[in-house]
Amino acid sequence: MINAMKAEVHHHNIEENFVFSDTAKKSIFTVLVIGIIMFVIGVSMLALGGDSHAHDSHALANNGGDFIAVSEGNDHGHGHAYHWTNRLKVTFWHNSVFFIGLTIVGIFFTAIQYAAHAGWSAVLKRVPEAFGSFLPYAAVLLIASFAWGYHEIFHWTDSSIMDPNSPNYDPIIAGKKGFLNLPFYVGRMIIFIAGWYGFYFFLRKNSLAEDLEGGTHRFWKMKVIATLFIIFFAITTSIAAWDWVMSIDTHWFSTMFGWYNFASWFVAGLATITLAVLYLKDAGYLKAVNENHLHDLGKFVFAFSVFWTYIWFSQFLLIYYANIPEETIYFVERLRSDQYGKFIFINLFLNFFFPFLALMTRDAKRKAIILKIVCYAVIIGHWLDFYLMITPGTLKEHGGLGLLEIGLALIYSGVFAFVIAQALAKAPLIAKNHPMLQESLHHHI
Amino acid sequence: MAMEKDKHYLIGVFSDHDDLLHGIEDMRDKGVKIHEVYSPYPVHGLEHALGYKRSWMPKAAFGFGALGTTLAITMQVSMMAIDWPMIIGGKSYLAVPDFVPVSFEMTVLLAAFGMVGTFLVTRDLKPYKVPRIFDIRATDDKHIVAVDLAANKLSEEQISSLFKEAHAEEVYRRDFADEEKSPSFISYMVDLFTNGVTRSSRISTHR
Repeated sequence: MINAMKAEVHHHNIEENFVFSDTAKKSIFTVLVIGIIMFVIGVSMLALGGDSHAHDSHALANNGGDFIAVSEGNDHGHGHAYHWTNRLKVTFWHNSVFFIGLTIVGIFFTAIQYAAHAGWSAVLKRVPEAFGSFLPYAAVLLIASFAWGYHEIFHWTDSSIMDPNSPNYDPIIAGKKGFLNLPFYVGRMIIFIAGWYGFYFFLRKNSLAEDLEGGTHRFWKMKVIATLFIIFFAITTSIAAWDWVMSIDTHWFSTMFGWYNFASWFVAGLATITLAVLYLKDAGYLKAVNENHLHDLGKFVFAFSVFWTYIWFSQFLLIYYANIPEETIYFVERLRSDQYGKFIFINLFLNFFFPFLALMTRDAKRKAIILKIVCYAVIIGHWLDFYLMITPGTLKEHGGLGLLEIGLALIYSGVFAFVIAQALAKAPLIAKNHPMLQESLHHHI
Repeated sequence: MAMEKDKHYLIGVFSDHDDLLHGIEDMRDKGVKIHEVYSPYPVHGLEHALGYKRSWMPKAAFGFGALGTTLAITMQVSMMAIDWPMIIGGKSYLAVPDFVPVSFEMTVLLAAFGMVGTFLVTRDLKPYKVPRIFDIRATDDKHIVAVDLAANKLSEEQISSLFKEAHAEEVYRRDFADEEKSPSFISYMVDLFTNGVTRSSRISTHR
């Protein structure tokens, strides 16, 4: 059997080049067009249906007195009436944060393979590596949506909140001025993205050089870069999570939030990597990737779904059990709300119960179709997780999940897939001089 | 001991685990039934070479885990909501999030204990077991393949030459007659209480 396996592997041509075919382009464009149509309909409905908001806020009045009473403390009514573009701004921000996460997880996945001397993944390592190519686009989208919407998304950006003489003065938020001020915030954002891109640039450069040169010295160099990147990544993703997501609910904080965001990004990124590998296999590429590699990817998705649940639940349970009002407000705003309450349970189902039960057995992890379904569920689930982190604090009762949100997510996905497919086509699909390639080709579990 | 209870084995000794794997595959292809293989370390792919079916132990683990969850939830609900309802921290009697950590721990605990127990029972690993040692070098640096002659249609000479073809370093016959039997559980316990721990770590005088 081992003999047969070796013979089979040697039969393949290891050198593969991905061609971004017209069929692939067509299916990506179909997603894009559907997304654009949904988005346009969603925006027009929102722009034209101004009356419905009166109805919405009316509904809120019946929502339980304590909810309104507590939320007033957080809601600095500094003259910003809700405008329908707020929802657009928040949706852009939500998708930008989610997709930049997927991008950096691709780089992070590559880095941990080098730091851990992992051999099994050598055959598919070009796939997560290509994710980094979306980083410049993700950065532009993130910075642009921040520039457009920061005033509506982050109420600490209102300078009157920090001013003791203003009626809007909030001593708690003013106490965070040292950290939450625009120059420092934007500076951090730029340093994080530039750092990630720098590490990606050198990883990619060495990886491509290895294709031409062979030998192991590139591998050792990449190991050093990867290790440094992991340290940088650990610190920066955590701070990015506070900045980009947690500072929306400025009064509230959780010491687990960095982990929690990382877990959400990481498992969604792993699911995206797995999906990309599966689609490449469907298109006839990555022939050397067999069910053993899929099994390992499946284990990653399974394990980090459980990890995410562990973090999510740890954060929730401590807040629930301690029952301190300034902490519980976060979950009161979500669970006690007609709009968002149901999503908490959908979130837990998609991100925990479904992947946990569906991927539990060995056979399930080795079957492409089950993996695909679970990966889609996990990606949608974590998109929803970020929706639940970002929308309730920004839009309050005006938030919704409709054509606008789904359409924009599809547009982002289409662009993401397009950029990554292009990056895959630029380099050989299999790093033929990777020192661990033979181990990967003979990977058997 | 009656003769029909005597056991006759042909033993093949291998040093290299690749020779072992390919040898086992070839011999099984030629119709040899292999009784057991003893290795100093886990050999990847050995269970495939021997044609073992997938273990049912993961299903047992799931069963024990599910039992743990069920017991934990039953215990907590009956304690906290039925038998002695108590308000703790302003929560309702049936505060489901509070039950999660205990349910999780009970799941893990029962799955782990259940698996250890299942493994010991199914592999017959009891402290008073008298092992049948084919070749003590299996604990050092050799892979030992045992073929039960009674279970095979091929003759001893045929199997022996197949062993040689498979690059076995050494082939010899071992007979087990008048073997010491494992004591029954009761006699083991009686022995334990009357004589203390005497049956510990028996040293084999086999080669």
